[in-house]
Amino acid sequence: MIEISNVRKNYGDTIVVRDVSLQIPRKGITSIIGPNGAGKSTLLSMISRLLPLSAGTVTVDGLDVTTTPSDVLAKRLSILRQDNRVGSRLTVRDLVEFGRYPYSKGRLTAEDRAQAARAIGFLGLEALADRFLDELSGGQRQRAYVAMVLCQDTDYVLFDEPLNNLDMKHAVGMMKLLREAADALSKTVVLVLHDINFASCYSDYIVAMRDGTVVRHGSPQEIMTSEAIREIYDMEVEIQETQGRRISIYYT
Amino acid sequence: MRENRQPIRALLILTALTVGIITLFMSLNVRGQWDFILTFRGTKVLTMALVGYAIAVSTVLFQTVSHNRILTPSIMGFDQLYILIQTSLVFTIGSAGLTALDPRLLFAFNVGAMVVFSTALYRWLFSGSSRSLHLLVLVGIVFGVLFRSLSSFMQRIIDPNEFVVLQDRLFANFNTIDSNLLGIAVATILIASFFGWRLMHVYDVLALGREASINLGLDHGRIVTVILMLVAVLVSVSTALVGPVTFFGLLVANLAYGIAGTHKHRFVLPVATLLAVICLIGGQLILERVFAFDTALSIVIEFVGGIVFLALLIRGVAR
Repeated sequence: MIEISNVRKNYGDTIVVRDVSLQIPRKGITSIIGPNGAGKSTLLSMISRLLPLSAGTVTVDGLDVTTTPSDVLAKRLSILRQDNRVGSRLTVRDLVEFGRYPYSKGRLTAEDRAQAARAIGFLGLEALADRFLDELSGGQRQRAYVAMVLCQDTDYVLFDEPLNNLDMKHAVGMMKLLREAADALSKTVVLVLHDINFASCYSDYIVAMRDGTVVRHGSPQEIMTSEAIREIYDMEVEIQETQGRRISIYYT
Repeated sequence: MRENRQPIRALLILTALTVGIITLFMSLNVRGQWDFILTFRGTKVLTMALVGYAIAVSTVLFQTVSHNRILTPSIMGFDQLYILIQTSLVFTIGSAGLTALDPRLLFAFNVGAMVVFSTALYRWLFSGSSRSLHLLVLVGIVFGVLFRSLSSFMQRIIDPNEFVVLQDRLFANFNTIDSNLLGIAVATILIASFFGWRLMHVYDVLALGREASINLGLDHGRIVTVILMLVAVLVSVSTALVGPVTFFGLLVANLAYGIAGTHKHRFVLPVATLLAVICLIGGQLILERVFAFDTALSIVIEFVGGIVFLALLIRGVAR
């Protein structure tokens, strides 16, 4: 379980995340939604120790992220940010094998290579494994990064807007894949999502943030109501139910 | 496995070239006592190999840490600091006083001042946020300008004769090396390399970027500080030994990325080192045999390096 208590982040007088307390349950997919500037990505960065906390504590399975050595946490929790730009020229396989670094420290064993091959297979990247990253399309590259993070084989996998730059086919593919990672590999997946319909269709649990605080959290059924969306986004939307899933119509 | 054969072949060819050029340098035009020639030229070769190694490794590591292929440690005000220290020394105690000083003491002072300066700079800047590497580079450039202004101010008001002595110290020179200094330099660089070697597996991960490397379990801030200190030691030793060679690191590092065809540091670092040694010894050979010592090696290197730097900038803009 990820336990967030009284976490705050401020830059001078500007408070980005104000005293958030939250428990993210083990297993399944938890989505964090909310308008731009709500502090979603900042919160995710603090959970994954990319950003120091101004106040409060975050623990992952009881390990405090600010005091636990980074290499211990790297075996528990992994994060994929939205803008991934690698300066060096790497093949997909090279990149995915970096996911084994917390275990191998640069000396790959046969087991590490097998694990990398499995992650490449899981993402359907076998044919591209020896291609260089800069020869791939945006969607393929995104999948390569996801393979690296899965190869790291951590219980907790955090993604910051994993659907960024993906067309609808690849976006659906990515969400199905994350669902499969959560179900088949029994991982705890935490996402920051912009599209509330994806959050509704694929999450077990939704956390809604606004102005640096958590305004609502609960199951997709609880969050996907006109009243809740009004509170989160300040916007009137119509919620329709099709095939047992709640979809918001917010385009007009 | 196309990506594995190229770096190994490059390494083999470069090693052969290095051995060849060293042999040529040691044996060309030998007249008189062999044992004298061998010690005399051997010292030069050792110096150039040491400087080549220090500059190549420090530049590649610096570029890995800063995720930038145009930055070199020299941009961080290193060379300017060296010039400032030399100018201040000539300014305060005069060229006569400088010559009277124990060269080992002077060397230790030079290295010490540069390492202390850079470490203080990094410590100060790295206590801040994640974007501070850009700030670090900017501050480095500003310090560089400050040092240069101070130096030129002092150079304006010193005696013209003193200025000639000073100018001589500001160009990289491989002809007048104190063998005592060489010993100290070798020892210092060996110690730094030992620590650098133990971090070998970290460099490739670091090249992925700050966030990816933290995700993979690196203590990013601490490791960057350690690497920048190593870079500081390497650059300081080489600069204090022969003088500043600004563009040289840029030249060999970028050639090395191209020739090695990979970014794995276990290939790039030795390729860059071998290239640096070949360039220095080859350049010195041309200097001695073709130009008959009429110019300084650093002028030749800066000329070529400057052109490569411009080419990189123009290509970067075009892309």
